[in-house]
Amino acid sequence: MPRNTRGAYLIPYYLWMVLFVALPVILIAYYSFFDALGQFTLSNYVNFFTPVYLRMTLSSFWYAVLITLFSLLVAYPAAYALTRTKHKQLWLLLIILPTWINLLLKAYAFIGIFGTYGPVNALLQAAGIGEQQILFGSFSFIFVSVYIFIPFMIMPIYNALEDINPTLIAASRDLGASSFTTLRRVIFPLTLSGVRSGCMAVFIPALSLFMLTRLIAGNKVITLGTAIEQHFLVTRDWGMGSTVAVFLILMMAVLMPIFGSGKEVRK
Amino acid sequence: MTEKNRMGRLYLMILFAVLYAPIFYLMYYSFNSGGSMHGFEGFTLEWYQEVFQDTRLIIIVINTVVIALLSATIATIIGVIGALAIDRIRRKRLKNAILSLNNVLIVSPDVIIGASFLILFTIAGIKLGFVSVLLSHIAFSVPIAVLMILPRLQEMSPTLVDAARDLGASRRDVLAKVILPFISPGILTGFFMALTYSLDDFAVTFFVTGSGYSTLSVEIYSRARAGVSLSINALSTLIFLFTILLVIVYHFVTRKNGRKQVKEPSAEMGVPR
Repeated sequence: MPRNTRGAYLIPYYLWMVLFVALPVILIAYYSFFDALGQFTLSNYVNFFTPVYLRMTLSSFWYAVLITLFSLLVAYPAAYALTRTKHKQLWLLLIILPTWINLLLKAYAFIGIFGTYGPVNALLQAAGIGEQQILFGSFSFIFVSVYIFIPFMIMPIYNALEDINPTLIAASRDLGASSFTTLRRVIFPLTLSGVRSGCMAVFIPALSLFMLTRLIAGNKVITLGTAIEQHFLVTRDWGMGSTVAVFLILMMAVLMPIFGSGKEVRK
Repeated sequence: MTEKNRMGRLYLMILFAVLYAPIFYLMYYSFNSGGSMHGFEGFTLEWYQEVFQDTRLIIIVINTVVIALLSATIATIIGVIGALAIDRIRRKRLKNAILSLNNVLIVSPDVIIGASFLILFTIAGIKLGFVSVLLSHIAFSVPIAVLMILPRLQEMSPTLVDAARDLGASRRDVLAKVILPFISPGILTGFFMALTYSLDDFAVTFFVTGSGYSTLSVEIYSRARAGVSLSINALSTLIFLFTILLVIVYHFVTRKNGRKQVKEPSAEMGVPR
């Protein structure tokens, strides 16, 4: 058998890699240099640096930071508590189960819950605060996003916590550290890789969720994802949409090494 | 210490209540005869009846299932090939480079995948609809299939292949009778992951689906944008039950295959894109 046909069966995989991984990125970059009429131009990039787009990028970034931060604050204690439970597998399954349910359905549920006559407003009224417009604002956007991302933050942190050698904690306690000091100086540093991958799993999607902004935030919140969707599917200005996408890709490229892929961090 | 444990358990209980409340809220109101997601008036099954009588919706459900099964099957096959390809590479740097290329679609946000595929299909002259949706579902499911299969392949002792070759097996025999059976649990997990990726996807499909073709999540989105309708609640209750069924089946199938499955549950559930 001639040597070069031996690998022929590998072709479909490499074909996939060229057509669906490399080519799309090149196409996005290429389209970012064309305007809506198909003329070569740099105006998309000039446009991106106008206050409108810069403000949008900044606010999208800020929302993603807040969502990541709140998810982390809720998830870390939860992951910690999980490691102390008896039936870990069952609890874990219960955490994962909601992630199998389509995101849109969860978002839809919140349309009812946060609605004018929903239970939250009923509660607020009973508490004497009165009816509030919760839906279609930044609060509901952040709340629902955190709700959706929490399991994805819990899992990597939980795994990192489970990997800690319990003798380290015992040693720290023996040497006189309080439980808070142990948490701060021993446990937390050892789980940093998990925290990093959790943040990664939340931050990037938080920059690009457009369906949530449409359903929950009622166009009040515009993320980079919303802008891309708007340009591609509504105004059909693919050039500008591609430009925003290029910046989103660049942002990812910058962030990835900082967050690390979580595993290679320590060796 | 017990005091702390109790606090932790309480915290978890509250968290679970919050996690599940919206889901049960949806299900509860699917039985509301009042027609809205507040003020439960009376028990009714009319919304379920509406779902089952909605032929358009049933066609969409069939579309979704067909796309999921087809794309998962093809993606798993390409995934097996990909895992074999990566496993064959001896140079470490090249291997890592190919692996990172493999993972690009897992870490990229959906909007970017969707937008770039939209450009790709338009340039290639592929009509938006069944074919474009199927191709993109295959495309984004391949890397996860590879990631599920590759560890099994690397676990396999090379002596197995050597022994088979020594005993006179042809390359084809080695692949069919030694390698594939050994990595079959990984293949199964990869298939399931691809299936859930496909069933769960909204954003990519939203970009590459034409006007005449729709999958379930795209349909739910357009209905939800139009406002609350309790037939969506009924539908989501059915989907929830189906999901639980799928989880149980998945659990038992992977259990039966023995061995400790993927060590990281996070890998198992996939990271949202």
